[in-house]
Amino acid sequence: MARIFGFLCLLACAGLAIGLYLTRPTSVDAAQFDGLTANTENGALVFHAAGCASCHAAPNADSSDAPILSGGHKFPSDFGTFIAPNISPDPTLGIGGWTLIEFANAIQEGVSPDGKHYYPAFPYTAYAHMSAQDVVDLKAFMDGLPASDTPSAPHEVGFPFNIRRSLGGWKLLFAGKDYVLTDVDTPEIERGRYLVEALAHCGECHTPRNALGGLDRTSWLTGAALPGEGDVPGLTVNQLDWLPEDIAYYLDTGFTPDFDSAGGAMTHVVENMARLPESDRNAIATYLNLFP
Amino acid sequence: MNLKHTTAAVLTLALGASVAFADGHAKAFDSAIKARKGQMQLYSHNLGVLGAMAKGEVDYDAAAAQAAADNLVLAASLNAGNMWPAGSDNSLGNNRAKPEIWANFPDVAAKAGAMSDAAAAMASAAGTDLASLQAAMGGVGGACSACHKAYRSR
Repeated sequence: MARIFGFLCLLACAGLAIGLYLTRPTSVDAAQFDGLTANTENGALVFHAAGCASCHAAPNADSSDAPILSGGHKFPSDFGTFIAPNISPDPTLGIGGWTLIEFANAIQEGVSPDGKHYYPAFPYTAYAHMSAQDVVDLKAFMDGLPASDTPSAPHEVGFPFNIRRSLGGWKLLFAGKDYVLTDVDTPEIERGRYLVEALAHCGECHTPRNALGGLDRTSWLTGAALPGEGDVPGLTVNQLDWLPEDIAYYLDTGFTPDFDSAGGAMTHVVENMARLPESDRNAIATYLNLFP
Repeated sequence: MNLKHTTAAVLTLALGASVAFADGHAKAFDSAIKARKGQMQLYSHNLGVLGAMAKGEVDYDAAAAQAAADNLVLAASLNAGNMWPAGSDNSLGNNRAKPEIWANFPDVAAKAGAMSDAAAAMASAAGTDLASLQAAMGGVGGACSACHKAYRSR
């Protein structure tokens, strides 16, 4: 009997150890940045394509080429309200004191400098695909933005979702995925995939989520309900029924083919996309045209 | 008729009146919401004429462009006050107007003024040539999205 009890204890300990191991915050491979030098001009494009300011600028701040990323924007969800933190270069209240590896861990792994999991309101599952060069360039660009001394507000998230370790389990289920579009026949489609699936993280709002808040990748870009915004439209060809040139024009001007104009959170996206080269907007349109 | 019956009758009347009032209220909202959607449709229809030329989908026609731009100015000159009764927001489920509209009236009025200015700029550009028309599209689009960004969902 004692032997069985001992065995069960051992099994429980082993299970706990495996669980803790599997849910541990991970770190990027530092070697990917060896020999890379920063290009702030490309960093600006990465910044706008990734939509950083849309969430991290102060609420109701005007669109800017060099925004103040003081945070404060609230994002209601089924799990609580997330409040975007200050990611300006302020050395104490922002992220100016971070090393490149700490910055990369946040972007690509969703892990903070003190080794805690971030909530996936921060779209690191998409940013995980960001190239090493773009990470380096993005950091250099963001280091040059104006600093803000606004303290970050704590998220308004209750038990059990306030246990950050559990996000390690969430990541096991929903992070670290390959691209949805597996075959890219041309450089333009590959660029479109990088923009849609990685930087611009379109799927975060335009793909439905399951009960655990993970993206339903089998219903990729088919539309979703978003708290505070209502029904977010599907982007597949049959749902949207726009020509690729309509999509590119919309991302540049905010005008739909019927000359309605974008509203709500999408106006931020248009402001960002309008700052990219025309070839990038065309690449996004070409990518979307592959989803019937 | 005893007291009990009187009370019941009064309650019934009051309830009926409040239902009728609520119904009338919803109908008034319905008409106002349709009216302002109509105003938006006037914008988008005339912008469609201008935009098709700006995009090169149809040939530039100075007279048609001028007519559409003048319509934009007229649409922007409508007194919108009675089309936005307090409470006719997106919680009704039949429109996308955020409740913040009614909490930030001076800003809403300023943004409406910016729309009038952009329409006037388009009216003085549209009949000149295609390049002037194309240049004025950005201003109109900016005025549309400034208001939609703050006060419309999606």
